[in-house]
Amino acid sequence: MDITAEAIVFLLLSVLTLGSALLVVTTRNLFHAALYLMLALFGVAGFFVLLAAPFLAGFQVVVYIGAIAVLIILAVMLTPSVTRLPRIYNAQWAVNLALAVVFFLLLFSVLTPVVDDLGISGTWGANFTQNSPADVPASSVSDLGEALVDPQQYMLPFELASVLLMGALIGAALLVSPTARDDEDAPHESGQGA
Amino acid sequence: MTGFLQDIGLSYELAVLVAKALGVAVVGAFGLLWTLLGIWIERKVAARFQDRVGPNRVGPFGLLQSIADAVKIILKEDIMNRHVDRWPYNLAPILSTLSVMLIWAVIPFTAAWVGADLNVGVLYLVAVGSLGTVAVIMAGWSSNNKYALISAFRAVAQLISYEVPMVISLLVPVMLAGSLSVQAIVKSQHIAYLFAVPMTVLIFLISGQAENGRGPFDLLEAESEIVAGFHIEYSGMKFGMFYVGEFLHAFTLSVLTALLFLGGWQGPLAEKIIPLGFVYLLLKSVFVYFVLIWVRMTLPRVRIDHLLNFNWKFLVPLSLINLLVVAFLWKLMPDTDQINSFADALGPTLVLFLANVVMFAGVAWWLREWARRDREHIEARRAVVAEPAEATAAAGD
Amino acid sequence: MIPLWMYLVVAAGLFVIGMFGVLSRRNAIAILMGIELMLNAVNVNLVAFWRYQTPTKLSGQAFAAFVFAVAAAEAAVGLALIIGIYRRKRSVIADDVNLLKW
Repeated sequence: MDITAEAIVFLLLSVLTLGSALLVVTTRNLFHAALYLMLALFGVAGFFVLLAAPFLAGFQVVVYIGAIAVLIILAVMLTPSVTRLPRIYNAQWAVNLALAVVFFLLLFSVLTPVVDDLGISGTWGANFTQNSPADVPASSVSDLGEALVDPQQYMLPFELASVLLMGALIGAALLVSPTARDDEDAPHESGQGA
Repeated sequence: MTGFLQDIGLSYELAVLVAKALGVAVVGAFGLLWTLLGIWIERKVAARFQDRVGPNRVGPFGLLQSIADAVKIILKEDIMNRHVDRWPYNLAPILSTLSVMLIWAVIPFTAAWVGADLNVGVLYLVAVGSLGTVAVIMAGWSSNNKYALISAFRAVAQLISYEVPMVISLLVPVMLAGSLSVQAIVKSQHIAYLFAVPMTVLIFLISGQAENGRGPFDLLEAESEIVAGFHIEYSGMKFGMFYVGEFLHAFTLSVLTALLFLGGWQGPLAEKIIPLGFVYLLLKSVFVYFVLIWVRMTLPRVRIDHLLNFNWKFLVPLSLINLLVVAFLWKLMPDTDQINSFADALGPTLVLFLANVVMFAGVAWWLREWARRDREHIEARRAVVAEPAEATAAAGD
Repeated sequence: MIPLWMYLVVAAGLFVIGMFGVLSRRNAIAILMGIELMLNAVNVNLVAFWRYQTPTKLSGQAFAAFVFAVAAAEAAVGLALIIGIYRRKRSVIADDVNLLKW
């Protein structure tokens, strides 16, 4: 692979994303973990820009960093006593680590041409031959908008997604509303004098 | 610019790179220098509203006051509490200023001067704007101070909530122009969108003011409640950066309003004499900024529950109804995708304006009804509270 | 030019890191963060496949947009649940919520 500006950017983004993702799962202080999560999500947004999907990149920053990560930080701040736990991993973390490494190696062997180069077998690797991206039509943003509301394409999933979001909104509001709590810590109606 | 650099012997790529770097430097320097003048304007206007004179000692009309303040703030000792969370604490002021400077990258200053005319420009504005929230939260948490933490909680509630009506109202100019690019939206305004969709402008300004955390929505730094809010532990230039970030956020809101609703750089001869467009944009922005200061200086601060109720029970439904009405009428009208002149735009603008008048009347009627019912409710409760008191008084006799 | 498999490998790495976080962290909020990482890995895959294989059909981008919607719903309900549990049990450790375990 010859060194182009794109390759350098890709490399930097990979290091940024994977590095901060690693810090997300290893940092003890949850507030810092949430900030690293933001950084990792930002790296993914960078990948979207690199893949000529600027609309999704903007979406990623608005939805993930602007809303989801901020909500996670809010949850971290609302549960303050647990930002520094004595143990951050559960009992079977070593097994999980081994599992994760094995799984990654498995995926790596399937995805990359390395195994094929070794000549081990012809059917194991997925053999992705696309070495350069295809041309993207210039109107991909408006095409995406039309595809989402086209009855022939994604109108039904689109409507379902909106129903899902509405349900999530109502459900979340119900879960944390004062009436859903136990009787013992329900707020006492304090009679407001005139 | 690129041509000149090539003439003095740079390769094409390098020339483009240098030209872009220079552009970034010019826009950044302009933003920061404008802050000095803008703060003077704001203090002078605010003083007039409060029947004072305002800064008047340093330089003619106190014009150099901001520079004196800047020098003072740079020379101040930078105090850092021992218990702060170091990295977020130091990054927050930078992020606060950066998030607003990044917005300036897509602002078309004239017909020809635009940093990057992204085809998803408006989405970029929203995305970069939401980074400001992160800066407030980082500052609030890492300061390790209860007032700062309360301010961070308020920031989450307020900034996330008010993003919803703001984004929905941003959809209206996008829909009318048929493009997400800011330059395309400016160019499509043969008649400023202010006249077609005044309701949208109002919603955008209200939610934008809340998004910036400026009065009457300045709960993030309410002096009388939580001292200085999220920047309570900051001193010296770090505080200065928050101050600059806050000012630039407010002014950028005015610039965006001017671009999206007031026709941006458009004006007589702006296409012919390019720099004239910049003057038009600046005048329009300063006008909007004046209105915002007016609002800020006139209205008292709202309470946090009123703030959230107002957003979720009034502003969000209203912005959705507004979007639906505009979208419906826009679809109904013929040839809305072929508006190329003032005459073409006149008809649709009139129709939308009338629809907005109807909407304003409806909102006014609804608000009156709501206030009447609220008053009746309060009076009924007062009567209930007052009666037993009279009864006991009678029994005591 | 960057070959497709490099994007896929990065996404696989992101997915595996997120998976380890989900399986091993004790704090429920940290588990949620791991889930977000996994969803993002899927999104990178979807968009990469769209870009390299079917740039004229928008299935990849459309599905990525749906993943955003699902992730937003999941985060809202998940965090509401965590805060609800914290109010009752004063704990956000996933192992402490063992009422239905026998």
